[in-house]
Amino acid sequence: MSRRSNGIVALLLLVSAVSLFAGGSKEKSETPTPGASAPAAPKAAPAPSAAPVVIQFWTWRPEDVAVYNKLIGIFQQQNPGIQVVQTAHKNTEYNTILSAALSGKSGPDVFQSRAYGGLESFAQSGYMEPLENWVPELKDFSEAARRGATSIKDGKIYGVPFASQTLFVYYNKKMYQKLGLSVPSTWDKFLANLEAMKKAGIQPLANGAKDGWTLEVMMGALAPNFYGANEFFNKVIKGETNFLDPKFVQAIDKLRDLIPYMPPMYMGVSYTDMQAAFINEQAGHFIGGSFEAGYFSSQNPDLQYDFFPGPSAKEGEPNYVSTYADGNFSMNAASTKKAEAAKLLRFFASKTTGEAFIKELKQVSQVPGIDPTANPFIAKVLSVQKHSTPYIFLVGFRYQQPTGSSLAQAALQGMFAGKLTAAEVCKQIQEGIATYYKPFQK
Amino acid sequence: MVLSKDLQKSLWITFFVLPGLVIVALFILLPLFLSLFNSLFSWNQLIRGEWVGFGNFRRIFFTSPYRERFFNALRNNGKWFLVTMLVQNILGLVFGYLLSRRIPGHGFFRRTFFIPVLFSIVAVGFLWGLYLKPNGLVNAFLKLVGLEEYSRAWLGEESIATFSIIAVNIWRWVGFPSLVFLAAIDAIPLDCLEAAYLDGARETQVFSRIVLPLIVPALTVITVLTLIGSLNVFEQIYTMTGLDGSPNYSTDTIGTLFYRTAFGSVDSGNPEIGIGSAIGVVIYLLTFLASAGFIAISRRREVEL
Repeated sequence: MSRRSNGIVALLLLVSAVSLFAGGSKEKSETPTPGASAPAAPKAAPAPSAAPVVIQFWTWRPEDVAVYNKLIGIFQQQNPGIQVVQTAHKNTEYNTILSAALSGKSGPDVFQSRAYGGLESFAQSGYMEPLENWVPELKDFSEAARRGATSIKDGKIYGVPFASQTLFVYYNKKMYQKLGLSVPSTWDKFLANLEAMKKAGIQPLANGAKDGWTLEVMMGALAPNFYGANEFFNKVIKGETNFLDPKFVQAIDKLRDLIPYMPPMYMGVSYTDMQAAFINEQAGHFIGGSFEAGYFSSQNPDLQYDFFPGPSAKEGEPNYVSTYADGNFSMNAASTKKAEAAKLLRFFASKTTGEAFIKELKQVSQVPGIDPTANPFIAKVLSVQKHSTPYIFLVGFRYQQPTGSSLAQAALQGMFAGKLTAAEVCKQIQEGIATYYKPFQK
Repeated sequence: MVLSKDLQKSLWITFFVLPGLVIVALFILLPLFLSLFNSLFSWNQLIRGEWVGFGNFRRIFFTSPYRERFFNALRNNGKWFLVTMLVQNILGLVFGYLLSRRIPGHGFFRRTFFIPVLFSIVAVGFLWGLYLKPNGLVNAFLKLVGLEEYSRAWLGEESIATFSIIAVNIWRWVGFPSLVFLAAIDAIPLDCLEAAYLDGARETQVFSRIVLPLIVPALTVITVLTLIGSLNVFEQIYTMTGLDGSPNYSTDTIGTLFYRTAFGSVDSGNPEIGIGSAIGVVIYLLTFLASAGFIAISRRREVEL
């Protein structure tokens, strides 16, 4: 063979290889990947004339695929002619995948979206459809729920809220019984309980400080009763006060009372260490959120736990809890099937979906007027929400960098390590937010 | 048609170089220029806004809080470089020299030192993250040998967290400089060494007068690689203390700062693509200038030696 024909053979090989790979990738995109993307369970009755309209629906909950399939099955029975295809992405990769798909003018018709600042980036990029007209049910949702789905820039609602989370203090019921302790309503009683556990040789608190966000959660569960909950929140949002307010500084300083009751070398204790300590009954309290309960019960079904809202300064004062919206269902502004997508969203705003959230997912649904008695834990969460206040940095200050959350998390680590005072923590938070927050720049 | 021999030759060269060139252009050069391009605009979330020139760069260097975060991260990169140079590379030199002296069991040691280099950086970070927990292996070992008072929250204390991660990285990577130095020392002509020994030179003299000057090229390579590695530290931090450079930014590096700023994290808020891209460009320039500068200096020194 001459050298030239060698070259031709090589070129042919290259071309055929390229076409082979190209063919492969095309095939892949046509067949749904098993597991991740599953067409909804029972198919609706075949539409009499045309082929069904297919709605793409994305979530960040691979854990909940079965429950969503059940819901989609009900929806498809009610709406023959619409077929919903669910795709669940890994939680930590969801934002990246979704933003890439949406900015490429493709992506799902309906998708789970984050609340507050996480919603803002998609809404203000024009990727989300405002929903007031499409989903009239939204006006019945509570204001707190709608806040998580509303853009702060234009005030429009871009999502159907699906769940709320509440922050409080879990305790081990068996240990309380053994030591004859009662649920504390005030800060001093809370400290007395922690002291009693310490004396009895039990690790009083599971919480550590290695993962900064667990300190923000601790602050959210305990500080509102000292900084004045909603009154302070409403003022600070308007810039009528700021984080240097002595009440806020004092609330942050209160958290230091807990240091003696945290685990040895708590600066190295991570979130998973905390969970393990409480689940394995090695620690008496866990300051966390309503999202923990499902995991606690599944990891140790024998664990007897309950929770109480953050204790107040004085007896008789209300016990406030921080709450926040977990996420929403939103519509792609570039969808070509908006009428069908809206039908799915209205279904997600209905009691059927709300009850499935409570019964099957053990999540506190935001759908108004549903009966929570099927799940006593959720019923109790809803009852402590009667004194609720927005989870301050997530709800109000997670829209721009540096977020209140990232500032607070780092500075609180500094405080728990003994390097910063409460006043310095508040100064860092205030100065960081003031770099962009207009009401603080007056 | 018959092609001239020269043309044929250059066509062949092009044919073989092209795939590599396409990959480099697509995955290295294009992103580099795109990030430079992106860094010159203001961004509203994911939408590119107006042209701001070097505004994003000015914010990194002169505006609080970006300035504090950037220089704090850069200081940590500096720590990485210094400690890695002083500890890892000196250890590597010692190991390389000992292995070249054919100490007993040198074959075993040579392989053992190199094994961690082959491990996945993420797996190493994850496992050492477990070992360095308050109730992890390291503290358990200290207790076992009666040194319990030295138990620490290795990754949780601001003053030692960065050094703990650097130590893990040295454990993982020390085999690489060892092997490079071993190869360099083995390549020294035997007659040089024999002549020195015959002249009655002591072992230390042989090392400092003969071996060291002759392995300067290897030292240069290792130093430049350490420099590049130290400016690009990311995975170790990400797996052991997280994207936020926790605790209180004490383990933050420009790599984690870049990622957090450009892509956002759950708590750090929305992506700031303009500023993130600007940090990316700065990382590139720093790496390029520092490496080029060092190579230029050491070339001159090599000639002198």
